[in-house]
Amino acid sequence: MAEAAHHYDETMPLEYRTEESRLNILGFWIFLGAEVALFATLFATYLVLFQRTGHGPTAADLFEIKDVMIETLLLLTSSFTCGLAVFEMRRRRLTGLLVWLLVTLLLGAGFITFEVREFIHYVHEGATMQTSAFLSSFFVLVGTHGAHVSLGIGWMTLIIIQLLQRGFTPRTARKVFIVSLYWHFLDVVWIFIFTLVYLTGMVM
Amino acid sequence: MKWSEFFVTGEPLIYAADVSIVLTVIGIVFILTYFKKWKWLWDEWLTTVDHKKIGVMYIISAVLMLFRGGVDALLMRAQLTAPNMKFLDSQHYNEIFTTHGTIMILFMAMPFIIGLMNIVVPLQIGARDVAYPYLNALSFWLFFVGAMLFNIAFVIGGSPDAGWTAYFPLAGNEFSPGVGNNYYAVALQISGIGTLMTGINFLVTILKMRAPGMTLMRMPMFTWTILITCVLIIFAFPVLTVALALMTFDRLFDTQFFTMANGGMSMLWANLFWIWGHPEVYIVILPSFGIFSEVVSTFARKRLFGYKAMVGSIVGIAFLSFIVWVHHFFTMGAGAAVNSFFSITTMAIAIPTGVKIFNWLFTLRKGRIRFTTAMLWSLAFIPNFVIGGVTGVMLAMAAADYQYHNSYFLIAHFHYVLIAGTVFACFAGLHYWYPKMFGHMLNERLGKWTFWLFMIGFNVCFFPMYFLGLMGMTRRMYTYSAGLGWTPLNVVASVGAALMGIGFLVLCYNIYYSARYGERDMTGDPWDGRTLEWATSSPVAHYNFAVIPEVKDLDAYWEMKKSGKGFEMDEEKLKPIHMPSNSGRPFLISIAFFFAGFGLVFKWFTLAIIAAVFIILGLILRSFDDDDGYYISVDEIKRTERLTRKEA
Repeated sequence: MAEAAHHYDETMPLEYRTEESRLNILGFWIFLGAEVALFATLFATYLVLFQRTGHGPTAADLFEIKDVMIETLLLLTSSFTCGLAVFEMRRRRLTGLLVWLLVTLLLGAGFITFEVREFIHYVHEGATMQTSAFLSSFFVLVGTHGAHVSLGIGWMTLIIIQLLQRGFTPRTARKVFIVSLYWHFLDVVWIFIFTLVYLTGMVM
Repeated sequence: MKWSEFFVTGEPLIYAADVSIVLTVIGIVFILTYFKKWKWLWDEWLTTVDHKKIGVMYIISAVLMLFRGGVDALLMRAQLTAPNMKFLDSQHYNEIFTTHGTIMILFMAMPFIIGLMNIVVPLQIGARDVAYPYLNALSFWLFFVGAMLFNIAFVIGGSPDAGWTAYFPLAGNEFSPGVGNNYYAVALQISGIGTLMTGINFLVTILKMRAPGMTLMRMPMFTWTILITCVLIIFAFPVLTVALALMTFDRLFDTQFFTMANGGMSMLWANLFWIWGHPEVYIVILPSFGIFSEVVSTFARKRLFGYKAMVGSIVGIAFLSFIVWVHHFFTMGAGAAVNSFFSITTMAIAIPTGVKIFNWLFTLRKGRIRFTTAMLWSLAFIPNFVIGGVTGVMLAMAAADYQYHNSYFLIAHFHYVLIAGTVFACFAGLHYWYPKMFGHMLNERLGKWTFWLFMIGFNVCFFPMYFLGLMGMTRRMYTYSAGLGWTPLNVVASVGAALMGIGFLVLCYNIYYSARYGERDMTGDPWDGRTLEWATSSPVAHYNFAVIPEVKDLDAYWEMKKSGKGFEMDEEKLKPIHMPSNSGRPFLISIAFFFAGFGLVFKWFTLAIIAAVFIILGLILRSFDDDDGYYISVDEIKRTERLTRKEA
């Protein structure tokens, strides 16, 4: 921090140019390590509890492939567009960056819309968080991921506003890069949810 | 909700506590107003992002919590001194052992260690601050409001009463109605977030901000232990976060994670808790090993023996700490194969720990030993900790554990490792680094009084408990009948506890006495130290180092002194120093966390949501904040340095 404003390295990509940025990016990677531990615990909890359905419905009774596939496609595509946004940033094209970030944001919002609809549907079928241990762990695991995506949408909105206000600076570039790391991470978590929760749930 | 349910009523002890809390608050407000100190408090402390001041605040909080947890302990000893005592009823006793355990581990040991690491680590690695000073302030304030939230439970709403491990189904709504265990879930969650951020902060600081020349294998041992501790924090605390979140859901929203019906599994809690909980005890013991290493090496005037083996054994202990958690509940019935695995991994921890013990002994061998207070604590640590360790290996034998489990044998064991390990280390570190914090020494004579009172009291208190355990006295029983023959040993234990209490009072007096009459440390290096923190003035200038030192060896400052140069500062080489600006936001965000937590505890969701909006607002303001800090001019650095270095 003390040397933050010095050590300006022109050869690096914009987001890596200041010492402060490099520290922040490394710190965020480490934070993602902690997030891995957090989701691993939630997955472990789910795997312990998912056949303990009590008097409530089982996973096979509940899940429908269509909605889940739509959610998956929306989120995976958003990860791709997020990658395009960073690509545009490296080419110093502000408009391209903003457009792709906006597309990412909309796809994320679409994902959340479908997920909320899915949850409401389950509740209408009488499958609530309170019904059984399986459903408690399902809602908390998938809901934690959904809360992360929602937070990401808010965060990305703030960064878009800052890009509009300030354009490319080492600071805004670093923020775009970090939020992209976060977004890809959520994508990876979703792949595990898709396979371990939904696909496994429908088969077993 | 009626007021009579909101405030805890009916106990004279509680009313006395109410009165003392109100009087203390009035007293603090009066003193701050009378001496016109509000602005000073805000500018110098509440908004600071200086790692040294944050460290001092951590330590002050830890000492306050040591008092609170210690009072709990003395109340328990008073109740157990004689058979069939009516001093505390069973409910009150349950609440007191719960708050004692939780406070001592999470709000005393943790912040004491984190406080020392805040003060020392940047100095030891030759850095001017931590990687994220703003986040560091937020970490502290989150810990602090978490601790305050937990501490008000006993007068507002009622204390948690399911033990510091909060096992289900006991901690569930069915058996623990009321808000006590909500406090546990929410307060620990808030301070846990702070701890996780500290872990990330210091890991990046140590990895990226070391002075030029300080390779990993030239880092002081304390810094090494903090590095590994940070890794433990980063992988263990998310598990606690999840466990507490699930507990909160079960208690506030009637989910079925740990319930007895609808598929819930109460033993899942025990597993999650200890997957965090076992690394947690290493989070407080590894830095203690680091402190002892520094103190032993300094006061034996020798380089630490077996530095590489020390590093290897810390890493080994850290790895093993994640695969031993089941030994906390061998009696759960996991089966012979599972118990055998965890039994063996647990015993394996004795190997790297033994390596460390021998390294300290060999560091002492042929050393020119100075018996300072810090050194006395370190020397006493070795035999006392070994007693705790050996009884730990006895407990690790799964079959034998069926005899010891949850008896006073266990109580004695973990107090021998946690007090002789962590608490002795905190006291050693406090005496050792005190001049770096305040510019004066703690009085050695009073320090030795504290040491002897506390150390003898500790043994008198806890050694009999091994035998009480073998005689059948179980943990958490609030009274016993006279015919069991436990009375004499219980009386002895209570006498020991009183001695420890007196030792603590002498320590508090020492802090006051030394502030008024203590010897000023004009040299910055009162102990003839070996590592870089002793190259700074006492107290340390807020930019730490006017010029960043170059490190050529382990024991960097010792090497500078031996080569005859000392740590010279060339005034020509000074450059303006960049420093982060103070900010009141971490404090204010944490206040919002307090109210959000309080709302959750009482299920006042409107309050919780309003407070959450303020938290988010604070985060948004931070995002749009582009304060780049400020520069300290060369002239100002020169003035400060001349002032502090005039003796040298």
